[in-house]
Amino acid sequence: MRNYVVKMVLQIVPVLFLISLIVFILVHVTGDPVNLMLPETATEADREALRAAWGLDRPLYEQFGTFLGNVVRGDFGTSFHYGEKALPLVLERLPASFELAVAAMLIAVVLALPLGILSAVKRNTVLDLFISGLAVIGKAMPNFWMGIMLILIFSVQLGYLPVSGRGGLAHLVLPAFTLGVGLAAQMTRLIRSNMLEILGQDYIRTARSKGLLEAIVVGKHALRNGMIPVVTIMGLQFTSLIGGTLVTETVFAWPGLGQLLVTSINTRDMAIVQAAVFVIAITVIVTNLLTDLVYRLLDPRIKYNG
Amino acid sequence: MARELEPAGAGGPLADGMAARRPGYRKLLGLLWRSKTGTTGAIIVLLTVIVAVFAPLIATHDPGELDPLLRLKPPAWMEGGVDAHLLGTDNLGRDIFSRLVYGARVSLIVGFGAVLVSGLLGAALGLLAGYYGRWVSATIMRTADAFLAIPSILLMLVVLAVVGPGLTTLIFVIGLTNWVSYARVVRGEVLSIKERDFVKAARSVGASGGRIMLRHILPNIASSFIVLSGLNVATTILMEASLSFLGLGIKSPDVSWGGMLSDGRQYIATSWWVAALPGIAITITVLGVIFLGDWLRDVLDPRMKTKD
Repeated sequence: MRNYVVKMVLQIVPVLFLISLIVFILVHVTGDPVNLMLPETATEADREALRAAWGLDRPLYEQFGTFLGNVVRGDFGTSFHYGEKALPLVLERLPASFELAVAAMLIAVVLALPLGILSAVKRNTVLDLFISGLAVIGKAMPNFWMGIMLILIFSVQLGYLPVSGRGGLAHLVLPAFTLGVGLAAQMTRLIRSNMLEILGQDYIRTARSKGLLEAIVVGKHALRNGMIPVVTIMGLQFTSLIGGTLVTETVFAWPGLGQLLVTSINTRDMAIVQAAVFVIAITVIVTNLLTDLVYRLLDPRIKYNG
Repeated sequence: MARELEPAGAGGPLADGMAARRPGYRKLLGLLWRSKTGTTGAIIVLLTVIVAVFAPLIATHDPGELDPLLRLKPPAWMEGGVDAHLLGTDNLGRDIFSRLVYGARVSLIVGFGAVLVSGLLGAALGLLAGYYGRWVSATIMRTADAFLAIPSILLMLVVLAVVGPGLTTLIFVIGLTNWVSYARVVRGEVLSIKERDFVKAARSVGASGGRIMLRHILPNIASSFIVLSGLNVATTILMEASLSFLGLGIKSPDVSWGGMLSDGRQYIATSWWVAALPGIAITITVLGVIFLGDWLRDVLDPRMKTKD
């Protein structure tokens, strides 16, 4: 177990190195970073000064070395817009994004689990068809569009919920629901096919032949094994969940990491963009690691030598 | 990071003898007719293609034509609607119907173009990784892991912020960030196919690595490739819409449904149709692609069939 964790952590290192490389190439090679950092009205003298100050006149490999060193120390430079260090600014936004992501995941599970199970148990009935139809539509709908339509109905027309911003529970409902429904649509389909597979297995037939109530067969025997892949699915969905927060936070002006990133991209605040990319990547990697661990804990058949 | 469970849609190794047994052209059409969702999907996709190709003939107005006197008019059947503008006008008085028609072009071009780019790149890298193994595979697959750790929309946002928006840029940016799923699936298939007898036979008569990959292995991964592409076109269309919505995708004068939605967002309180209609267009198109893609999967790749 401990070896396994050590091994996984060691695997993260090359991945982080590659992410550094990708970000470095993006910022330094595809364009002149000076152009990204300075306003268009800057003079040539300003440019030269910035180049020297940032070491941009040095050879690329040297710049990459410095860049890596700074990344390891968590120094992504200073934000031009806020005049503060980029990393603390990014970390400051994490709780809001986390709150939104957790709420969305909760809504997704609460929707997808019963719908997926029901759909599998009542397979090929009108109910199954209806649920599958909902899931497909949920997948096809652009998330941000649904968000805007929800604002139109619940905030503008009915006036039940606030249009945007972060505050009490009322502020959380619409963005979390918007993000959660997209996830639920994907999860429902996966849970359904997963439950179908389990319901066809021998031990389920044995449980049924013992005369157990169908509710117990499904609820106790099938669900327990059915939960294992669901955990993996949730882990895998996390990456798309983070991607989803970028757009959802913009629609609802939710003051999270995604909104900060989108505005920073528009104002070309590259220090924040770099810091945000790293923070998001590390979050995703750690989540994947944790998913793997939980998965192994739930299913003792999986050994730690993977 | 080793992951035992591939995401849905990714195929495991092929069972021997199951590859390359694809139904013929006429049989395919017969099968399509029998599947209700498949037929629906095919009709939607076909209609979208027709609309995109014949956009200038179908559109009633020039998509960029401004009419300051007829701003934010509702669809013709609503109170205050104008007959000349079937689906109403936007905040600049542009005809929404014509813009939707032209928007179909962008959605399809980006959807199929980006999938082509990522498919070619991913399949090539997957072939190399699967066939040569060792450090080639390690390098490619670790790079793939790094790409997976960054949500693809994030990567695209950063690239687009650096290189600037535009149609061709968008196709390549989406294409170059989405190759990972292809590389993984293709590598998995190659790993099993290269141990099969016909590949061993080719190798024993002295065929080169390149020839074996292109002539013997590539045709056998065609079905998985098509299946994966069907799903990817759907997500790419949604991706383009999101990026254009965030202002980093398609730039005017090109018309994009995502961009239209973004324009209409500020006016939802008074003129809901400006934001609502492009969203409906996106949903219907993506629904069609998903239906067609699911049907393709069921026909071409029985292993991936949803169990029912």
